[in-house]
Amino acid sequence: MSDTTSVVLAGVGGQGILLASEITAQAARISGFDVKTNEVHGMAQRGGSVIAQIRYGTKVHSPLVAKGEAKVLGGLERIAAIRYADYLSKGGLVAVNSQMMVPVTVSMGMGEYPADAEKMLRDKFENLIYIDASEEAKKLGNVKAANVVLLGALSKGLDKLSEEAWLEAVKISVKPKFIDLNIKAFKTGREI
Amino acid sequence: MAELLSGNAAIARGAYEAGAVLAAGYPGTPSTEILENAVKYKDDIYLEWAPNEKVALEVGAAAAMGGTRSIVTMKHVGLNVAADPLMTLAYIGVEGGLVICVADDPGMHSSQNEQDTRNYAKFARLPIFEPTSSQEAKDFVAMAMEVSEKHKTPVLLRSTTRVSHSRSLVELGERQEHKSKGFQKDVQRFVTVPAFSRQMRLKVEKRTAELKAEAESSPANKIEMGDKSLGIIACGITYQYVKEVWPEASVLKLGFSQPWPDDLIGKFAGDVDKLLVVEELDPLLEEHIKAMGIECHGRDAVSGIGELSVSTLRESRAKLEGRPAEKPAYENNADKLPGRPPVLCAGCPHRGVFYALTKHDVVVAGDIGCYSLGAFKPLERLDIILCMGGGVSMAHGLDKAGEKKKVVGIVGDSTFFHSGITGLLDIAYNKGKSTIIVVDNRTTAMTGHQDHPGTGRTLMGEPTVEASIEDIGRACGIKRIRTLNPYDQQATQKALDEEINADEASLVISKAPCILHDRSGVKPALEIDSELCKNCRMCLKLGCPAIEASEGEKPSISSILCTGCGLCRQICKFGAISGGENE
Repeated sequence: MSDTTSVVLAGVGGQGILLASEITAQAARISGFDVKTNEVHGMAQRGGSVIAQIRYGTKVHSPLVAKGEAKVLGGLERIAAIRYADYLSKGGLVAVNSQMMVPVTVSMGMGEYPADAEKMLRDKFENLIYIDASEEAKKLGNVKAANVVLLGALSKGLDKLSEEAWLEAVKISVKPKFIDLNIKAFKTGREI
Repeated sequence: MAELLSGNAAIARGAYEAGAVLAAGYPGTPSTEILENAVKYKDDIYLEWAPNEKVALEVGAAAAMGGTRSIVTMKHVGLNVAADPLMTLAYIGVEGGLVICVADDPGMHSSQNEQDTRNYAKFARLPIFEPTSSQEAKDFVAMAMEVSEKHKTPVLLRSTTRVSHSRSLVELGERQEHKSKGFQKDVQRFVTVPAFSRQMRLKVEKRTAELKAEAESSPANKIEMGDKSLGIIACGITYQYVKEVWPEASVLKLGFSQPWPDDLIGKFAGDVDKLLVVEELDPLLEEHIKAMGIECHGRDAVSGIGELSVSTLRESRAKLEGRPAEKPAYENNADKLPGRPPVLCAGCPHRGVFYALTKHDVVVAGDIGCYSLGAFKPLERLDIILCMGGGVSMAHGLDKAGEKKKVVGIVGDSTFFHSGITGLLDIAYNKGKSTIIVVDNRTTAMTGHQDHPGTGRTLMGEPTVEASIEDIGRACGIKRIRTLNPYDQQATQKALDEEINADEASLVISKAPCILHDRSGVKPALEIDSELCKNCRMCLKLGCPAIEASEGEKPSISSILCTGCGLCRQICKFGAISGGENE
């Protein structure tokens, strides 16, 4: 069987999913793996629901993760992980940022935001990390680093990638003036 | 160490390594980033955003007729715009290499239709390459360039969303310089009057036969023999999915797919017990193989709608094997979750115009761009979308057909230059009465902020003339022209009232920069005073993602999303919203 590891990151356009995807892919590349990623551009990015997919291993074919195959699933918003739950493999690790972003459909009364989102997540996933990544990022001085805090938490489910590889990946993926912030954010998430 | 590149970045690198000296295109997801990445090589390659794809192809074609190597980029629907020069260019051919990179969007992630560009290869009798990874995207540009020059034909390179926007490892190479002798006058070769075109037509057939021989032995086409009980022919990205779903099967991977390498296909078919064709969108190869008299599976097991994936092909495999497909471990319970569709961004200047239009009982024709999002609730102020620039001419068509309501056409600034101008000219020339609104946000926003003739900057970063939409309107012959600030709701309402009710055509330019592109207009977030708020929910009619309201609760403004544009403050009748503009 293939030794390919699949990762899915989900959230809302503008939350920094592409950066989190870039860091993961670079960590895999630095670790010597073949890597493929897949991202969303264009219309779908405009405040819509967005996913990024990363796959690495000895030889990766498809850039798309198959349903039921992801080893880890990250949700940058409270219910983002549920939306893409069908990508997760049985017992896979799920990390979710407890932050809530109300979709326009809910504001307009066309849908309801689940009041029991946390319970839904706990009922569905046996292997869940549920953290307030935005609050942790705010404490570090920039709420936008929530994506990297969550990535730190998720990284614990990807044992073939060392902490050194992750930190090196952060360094080459963010602008120089944000390196310190993002290193701290990653370590914060990893220690939770 | 190999670099992690997107397919589009790899195509740009391929053009650089292949010695291209000119690159032209028009932005369109998923093709846009090819030229954006090629800017890295601007010391060696001249680059431009053309006003539209037809112009881009004509620019690239001429460069290649002049003996230099060039690439042209666009998305699938863009090739329709460039189809006129394409069909004749296929007759004339080229002297220097010309690779036309067209990115298809199966599944319509960011497109108005699905289209299989391989049809154009067949239609125009041109060779086509289909890379399956970033490495191949780079390598195939060089291969296509060689084939182009050797056979003096333009060559198509078909990417798809999952090639263009996926990233994988690429080994880089060096640039090969190509010397051009310059344009060599040859009337019979380059002038397509009927007498000469008839001769060219014969040459096209001869060339096609030569290209077929080339495809038979091309390294882009490869047989990987495995278990002979099933042989699969995979085109483009489907190869990658096939390798995961049928790891044991024999595979013929077609990377140089047309003209079809019939001998190779026939040989492969003869070596396996059962044949399956896996191709995305149209069953071109399946039909071809069946016409060759060879039995095969295709559409009976593999969907022709939307994009393929490992997941969809696992279902195909189950179907072929007569068993139910496996279900994933977790359900996504999508029906229990609120939808999260794309929306006009918080602070988007288009919102002001669309909101003003909600006060008018008019028919609105629009086109492709961020503003197509104005078709959705709660604004719902776009009634028809056909194609780029179509909003202008369709408004005129409705008007001339005697539509009882007043008609309004909407076009973006980039699409105005792309193909809105000709529609405007039509309105003026044929005495139309519609109101045309250019939602001018000073950039090509939907595809990620590319420059265009109105921005005053070239793709290579040089300052240039800034085309005036007002002046173009005047030159077309439009008499009523006005520019407004869509954030000023009262003035916008008044202007639209006057223009829509005028008994002649008018051009309204709603001008304010895209808030994602130009952050200088961002102001502190607004706030809603919950004491003053009567929960009338008028502010929610703007469809602004920064205004959040859970069921039963009074609306509040997200300080993270709000750009302080002040539109909601102007809408609130109770003065409950404060902050932002003018305060």
